[in-house]
Amino acid sequence: MAPERTIRRFSRTERALHWAHATAFFVLLGSGLVLYLPRLSELVARRNLIKDVHLYTGLAWATLIALLLVLGLGHGLRETIRELERFDADDLRWLLRRGGRAGRFNAGQKLNAIATAAFAVLFAISGFLLWYGERDTRFRLANTILLHDGLMYASLVLLAGHLYLSLIHPSTRHALRGITHGTVDAEWAGRHHPRWAALAEDPTRDSLVCEEFRNG
Amino acid sequence: MSPAPAPAGRPYGRAAFLLVVAGGLSSLAWASPALRLLDSLLPGGAKALLPSQGWRIYTIGDSMPRFDPGTWRLRIDGLVRRPRELGYDELLRLPRAEQTSDFHCVTGWSVGGVRWAGVRFRDLLALTGPLPQAHALRFVSAENPYEDTLTLAQALRADAMLAYEMDGQPLSRPHGAPVRVVMPAMYGYKNVKWVERIELVAHPRDGFWEKLGYDRDAWVAHSNGA
Repeated sequence: MAPERTIRRFSRTERALHWAHATAFFVLLGSGLVLYLPRLSELVARRNLIKDVHLYTGLAWATLIALLLVLGLGHGLRETIRELERFDADDLRWLLRRGGRAGRFNAGQKLNAIATAAFAVLFAISGFLLWYGERDTRFRLANTILLHDGLMYASLVLLAGHLYLSLIHPSTRHALRGITHGTVDAEWAGRHHPRWAALAEDPTRDSLVCEEFRNG
Repeated sequence: MSPAPAPAGRPYGRAAFLLVVAGGLSSLAWASPALRLLDSLLPGGAKALLPSQGWRIYTIGDSMPRFDPGTWRLRIDGLVRRPRELGYDELLRLPRAEQTSDFHCVTGWSVGGVRWAGVRFRDLLALTGPLPQAHALRFVSAENPYEDTLTLAQALRADAMLAYEMDGQPLSRPHGAPVRVVMPAMYGYKNVKWVERIELVAHPRDGFWEKLGYDRDAWVAHSNGA
């Protein structure tokens, strides 16, 4: 068997950001469901403890994400964000299932990242209002809890898709290696993220790829 | 890696991000009406899928009080002529009242059309004979230190009761078995669960949440900053 050629897909900062978010998400989801679902509330019963777990995990999550974002901006995160937020003709073709050569992130991954980031901001704001509204009634708005719950439902849909593609779907699950080890198989990258793979393997092709971008 | 190429494409992602955040924040104004609209449009089965439907179980202690019909007693004392202790069976033999009412939590969720059965406070208090100086009922929960008070006038409203049945079943443990206060015109925190003592007092006093700043007269839609 030929030795596997790998290319680097995610930096340490990117992986730290992903796993900090993922870990906090699961703790927040678990503790949140205990607070939300009557059957679990009855089973666990220690509402104050679960509330504290939820609250302090939320605080730790927000602090860590903010810290990683600020520290990471100088370490390539700025470029990552730019990659994620920009959509071109290839992305449109990809979304319409008419080919479209993906860069490091395909259009679906970009949308997932954008939704996740927006949900995170909304979770943080509505969570703060739920906490603070208990202390100052001027901040207790009747709809805050609806927003927080609605975000949970929407996030579960995203999460289900994300877990399916990263753990189960045979042709995409190799991507998991990228977010754990940082590197992915070059041949896999060539099939799934051809524009990025070409660039990552042969930086001299920069100009060529740029040309492609402009023509795209 | 060499410097990144000039960014291709347009930052639609940033616009989408801001749009989702703005939409989410504005939902603080429109989420309830939107949910009510959905609720009226969707068929029965699909309604269960809507978020924020149904009960949430709020507790303040480390475990929910457990109801033992053999040993349970409801104590009615304070400013009364004849302090009483009632067993569960004795309570069930008092005149039965039924009602269907909505339940509103101060945090924003509601449950509509809850069927309650129980005893009106008028009938309960007739057993003990409140003294003239008694003006409020202090409900003490078995979930220590939860308590709350209603004025006598509030407790004597036609839709207030001490309930022992909910939706055709004996009150379940998470809902305050065996008895809880039902006061639909006020937010849920006035609807004390696991009631084990009713003390007649001269003046209303702050309950558990009121000590933390909640309104004592917790009228739905007319209190707590609403």
